[in-house]
Amino acid sequence: MTIEVKNIVKKFGAFAALDNVDLKVGKGELLALLGPSGSGKTTLLRIIAGLDWPDTGEVRIDGEDALGHGASERHVGFVFQHYALFRHMTVFENVAFGLRVQPRAVRKDEATIRARVKELLDLVQLDWLANRYPSQLSGGQRQRIALARALAIEPRILLLDEPFGALDAKVRKELRQWLRSLHSEIHVTSIFVTHDQEEALEVANRVVVMDKGRIEQIGTPGDVYDNPATAFVHGFIGESIVLPVEVSGGSVRLGGRPLNITADGAASGASKLFVRRHDMQIGPAGTGSLEGAVRHVRSFGPIQRAEIALTGGEGKTVIEIDAPRDRELQAGEIISLQPRRYRIFAAQD
Amino acid sequence: MSTQTSFVTPEAPLKAYASTAGAAISSLSRREARERPRAIASPKDFRTEPGPVRFVIVALAVSFLTIFVVLPLVVVFASALSKGISAYFAALAEPEALSAIRLTLLVAAISVGLNLLFGVIAAWAIAKFDFPGKTFLVTLIDLPFSVSPVISGLVFVLLFGAQGYWGTWLQAHNIHILFAVPGIALATIFVTFPFVARSLIPLMQEQGTLEEEAAISLGASGLQTFFRVTLPNIKWGLLYGVLLCNARAMGEFGAVSVVSGHIRGETNTMPLLVEILYNEYQFVASFAIASLLAMLALITLVVKTVLEQRLDEELIPRDDPR
Repeated sequence: MTIEVKNIVKKFGAFAALDNVDLKVGKGELLALLGPSGSGKTTLLRIIAGLDWPDTGEVRIDGEDALGHGASERHVGFVFQHYALFRHMTVFENVAFGLRVQPRAVRKDEATIRARVKELLDLVQLDWLANRYPSQLSGGQRQRIALARALAIEPRILLLDEPFGALDAKVRKELRQWLRSLHSEIHVTSIFVTHDQEEALEVANRVVVMDKGRIEQIGTPGDVYDNPATAFVHGFIGESIVLPVEVSGGSVRLGGRPLNITADGAASGASKLFVRRHDMQIGPAGTGSLEGAVRHVRSFGPIQRAEIALTGGEGKTVIEIDAPRDRELQAGEIISLQPRRYRIFAAQD
Repeated sequence: MSTQTSFVTPEAPLKAYASTAGAAISSLSRREARERPRAIASPKDFRTEPGPVRFVIVALAVSFLTIFVVLPLVVVFASALSKGISAYFAALAEPEALSAIRLTLLVAAISVGLNLLFGVIAAWAIAKFDFPGKTFLVTLIDLPFSVSPVISGLVFVLLFGAQGYWGTWLQAHNIHILFAVPGIALATIFVTFPFVARSLIPLMQEQGTLEEEAAISLGASGLQTFFRVTLPNIKWGLLYGVLLCNARAMGEFGAVSVVSGHIRGETNTMPLLVEILYNEYQFVASFAIASLLAMLALITLVVKTVLEQRLDEELIPRDDPR
């Protein structure tokens, strides 16, 4: 089922949680809403679910106006960060809840409900926990039960609010892959909210990057990583080196010294140069745009992470780069750096 | 020397470290350790008060409770049974006594029932929704606790009495509120209103609205959400509030005394009858009724202790990782 969000504005007092947000989600997509806390991503999700109401705007689920219906009529599965399992019910009854509260006319008989719950518990691979209470489960198990409970009502869309936010790192990784494979199995249109870029890039088909109540960029994971549309996206996704530069007539200067790169069509004026850590080419002193002294090197796995104090420019600028280990760096060594790939954005303030 | 060692507990868990740790405590114990290397001096535990101080504090508390709680309770039962068990039951079987017991039970049933309803609604509104004037409402709920019960009773006299605001209208329509069951029930409801709401508000606030949101997103209606999710989550807190409400409703004297009119066999509740019988020197009968109220108090106390344990479980969000 498709979801369409148009011109949504939501204010909490003077604070605009959502500032004119437009979004279209296609059938069967697994979309990530990614942003720092306070970016409005959870508010947007809750508005789609009917747990919050926008000040103005439109929400359409499958072309049908959703704002005319309350949350209980929208047939939307919602998974909460803190699970929100019913603490006084067994796992089985938690999953059965959505089926038991259906209007008498459409409610299934007990045998059908039991079969359906069994099927869902099998789907989340936790059928052996049916008679336990939520307090007896681990965090990862609770979240899988919460997902089974949301799926029980055969939702038109599935919304997940920071579904792995309360779990420890290892369980998170497992559940991520599990969610991906589950989605490819059942193919329900899903949106999940996260502040973890790795999670968004790894799980979603498409990523929506949000900041301060606005959508900064919508694209595939590769897109938002390789071609960030704004300075915010570049800084938020992936580790970036940010240097204050001056653009004038196609040339780029750092602290008065020209850099051997083109402005790439960036407008003249104070700007910011964004370079990925691994996009800095290392060379012997005197061969690149930038020069600096290696202050500190840590090597792990295939890379070495070096802290480099740039020479020249105003004050001391220290950057961190990731370099392959084919040429081991030494502390104290003077090297030159040349950005391989980079982006220049106008400095906003 | 002897006072120095008297606080040392020989089975202190730190015994193994005594020779090093003890050295840091005082020169006295250090000297002692040198003089008698076999006797291991445990370090003094500074986390708690010295033994004698603890003993005095506990003894004070126990004797206070004995004088002010246990002794009166014993006196009540002793006086009630002073003329033998048959006199005790005869006093309780008096028509006046039976009428008072009936009235007390009736009033308690009415006020507990209504306050259960009002209390749940008020707590629900306060804990789960935001609306202007919420703080004022919370303050208002506490009002009966801060007003003297006699004043509370007097308010009803001013409203419903013959000289009151609605007195003439009520008389004209032959409706009896004051000096009748409705007045007594109203006064009791007023005085006992805060119990249910007060015991539910913190509980419901602590539990938040997440489970309700989950229920609604699963298609549950408002009523289904309340009866299937909210109510089961607060049941022990609710019982706790009802218990306290009931104890107060049955024991209320001041407010009821003002509105009752003391019509014998008609508008006397148990506490009122206790006073009347006592003033008439019918000590056995008076203490017999009083013993019933005392037993109610004891039962309430036991049930309350059990409920408090359950309530703790309810308050700790059992499926919350935080």
